[in-house]
Amino acid sequence: MDKILLGHGGGGRLSQQLINDMFLRYFDNPVLNSLEDAAALALPHGRIAFTTDSYVVTPRFFPGGNIGKLAICGTVNDLAMRGAYPRYLSAGFIIEEGFSLSELEEIVRTMAHTAAAAGVQIVTGDTKVVGKGAADGMFINTAGIGVLDEHVSISAANAQPGDKVIISGTIGDHGMTILSLREGLSFKANLESDCAPLNGLVGELLRFKQDIHVLRDPTRGGVASTLNEIAASSKTGMMINETSLPLKPQVKASCELLGLDPLHLANEGKLIAVVAGSVAEQVLAVFQGHEYGKDARIIGEVTADTRRVALRTFIGSTRIIDISSGELLPRIC
Amino acid sequence: MEEAKIVQGLIKEIKKCTLPLAFMEVCGTHTMTISRYGLRNMLPANIRLLSGPGCPVCVTATREIDTGIAFARTPGLILTTFGDMLRVPGSHSSLLRERAGGSDVRVVYSILEALQIAKENPNRPVIFYSVGFETTAPSAAFGIMEAKKANLQNFSVLCIHKTLPNALRALLDSGELGLNGFILPGHVSAIIGADVYDFLAEEYGISGVVAGFEPRDVLGAILMLIRRQGSAAKIENEYRRVVKAKGNPAALAAMQQVFEPCDSEWRGLGVIPGSGLRINARWQDFDALRRFAVEPGESVEHKACACGDILRGVKLPAECALFGALCTPENPVGPCMVSSEGSCAAYYRYRE
Amino acid sequence: MCLGVTAKVVKIAGSTADVEFDGVTQTISIAMTPEVKIGDYVMLHAGFAISIIDEKQAEETMELFIELKKMMEEDK
Repeated sequence: MDKILLGHGGGGRLSQQLINDMFLRYFDNPVLNSLEDAAALALPHGRIAFTTDSYVVTPRFFPGGNIGKLAICGTVNDLAMRGAYPRYLSAGFIIEEGFSLSELEEIVRTMAHTAAAAGVQIVTGDTKVVGKGAADGMFINTAGIGVLDEHVSISAANAQPGDKVIISGTIGDHGMTILSLREGLSFKANLESDCAPLNGLVGELLRFKQDIHVLRDPTRGGVASTLNEIAASSKTGMMINETSLPLKPQVKASCELLGLDPLHLANEGKLIAVVAGSVAEQVLAVFQGHEYGKDARIIGEVTADTRRVALRTFIGSTRIIDISSGELLPRIC
Repeated sequence: MEEAKIVQGLIKEIKKCTLPLAFMEVCGTHTMTISRYGLRNMLPANIRLLSGPGCPVCVTATREIDTGIAFARTPGLILTTFGDMLRVPGSHSSLLRERAGGSDVRVVYSILEALQIAKENPNRPVIFYSVGFETTAPSAAFGIMEAKKANLQNFSVLCIHKTLPNALRALLDSGELGLNGFILPGHVSAIIGADVYDFLAEEYGISGVVAGFEPRDVLGAILMLIRRQGSAAKIENEYRRVVKAKGNPAALAAMQQVFEPCDSEWRGLGVIPGSGLRINARWQDFDALRRFAVEPGESVEHKACACGDILRGVKLPAECALFGALCTPENPVGPCMVSSEGSCAAYYRYRE
Repeated sequence: MCLGVTAKVVKIAGSTADVEFDGVTQTISIAMTPEVKIGDYVMLHAGFAISIIDEKQAEETMELFIELKKMMEEDK
């Protein structure tokens, strides 16, 4: 048997086989293996962080990762952006009838590998199989629980005028990688998704305690949306230097070709940190010493001008950084 | 930093001019350069920049948009087009909405990809909804020739191409403008050549500079136009690295072979004689309008939408009652708010 | 209108060519620029080379920019 059948979601023998041969085999840990209706988790006293996200990317496999890696990293990163230490994830699969079992195995194996790298366990899960055409291949939902230290207060509302804005690396890599695989856009570029778990990097940043004001991962909507969200939540403005933005030449070139703004492209392994100006250089050094922060740069600062998130262009003029209108459509004019 | 220095040098020179002057760019990509780099704010107040009918999406008449939408609604048909066209509002819908409703609308980067889709779907009609000025029109001509060579019987082109020179005439004939010069489009001119614009100087006494798309190109063109004031009108070419006096002969020949001039309706300017291109009788098998009986119904435009006035340069986007309130890039009422190079969208996006 | 990017021709096969710019490669039509040679730079629009870039005519050779450069040097 090489395909997912409706029966794999039916709760009978086929379901058991799938759980045993696939999910338990790869996600293997005592909590999950007990196959209880709910995971019982030991957590320290205090606060937890809790988040959920669904993953529907097409294509499911892309240079630098697949939907499974994304499903782990995305949720791990959301927890990390509150300053939490991610511990436990759930994994829910909605699979279209006829889906290739070997493809599923590849995705599950990647999830296990990524979870191990991020130091989290997948402790509960669910599989539903829907009829042909009722889903496009496979969707994954993951929810995650992280442990939040007492003193940590990282929030998009905490940016203050004078703070520095740091980005952990080159922008737009994931978004442009996915776009380059679309039908109808026949260009090739040596592109790779940046998809990565950032909790390790965040763990190192937490030593700066109260001086780390905001952490956000600029996923959908890109850096432009994230900066605008932070400014809106904190009731501040931003001034970003175009010449400081780390950008791979092939991403820049692809943007020029398709008429897109790299600030609108999604990232899956990058974070924006807003930190006290006094520690910015030290924080930057920590970023640059970490494998996921090597190309980190200070890209600008928080201003008191609540009206605008602005970009200082490479010719010295300024303009607004606007958020994208939704779906990124390549243009010729 | 070199570019910043050149720009500062140009601005310094431009600031030596104290005359009140108005220049119009008639290319949406120039509009984008001006907005994206905040050039308008760098210029002294006496130099006014107006945006003319230079965005092909914006000047497309509502009826032409409705026709594309009607094609998209035809069962079984695949409509391919540039991403620029998807958000443009017709009378009642847009291609983006039609796609959400189940129409097979596919974004391509080139007509060549539309041909590929036609090859892969031999049993379905594949239409390429082809819009644009002279820069894009020759690619449609070559695409049609390619389709004939490959005997792609399921492929045809919905051709709504427009040509610029007669639109400039119509704009000047309307007499509303008081312009001191044109910043002329770089890539349209790569096809039609810089000499085509001589009539502007000879018949209308107005100067023009063909310009490229870097900040230095646009500011350089402005400085050249400033220096022209007081002497005889002339057409100059700042973009000689790309634009030749006679244009691109191979592209012009292909257009000549496949198309013929026709009257065309421009938003804001009305029907302009000889300002459009249609597929000529020899290539009628590839003319979607001849092959399919598609009826778009009656077109309606929003009464308060000022796109027409904006495209003629008599109103600025912010002077439209809908701008930024009822009309935004996410929910555009008029086409100028849609295309990234539309004046309203460019103003809105990079508003200061 | 009309977005264009400058790309270098690296391979020619009949009426198509492979072009490259900053790590991006694309197969394009050179039907509009039949005289193009490998190594030439072209202006690319919607999958077609619409013009061969004339480097001798680059803006650095234009009176305006020569004058500007001079002025900038004098300012120093």
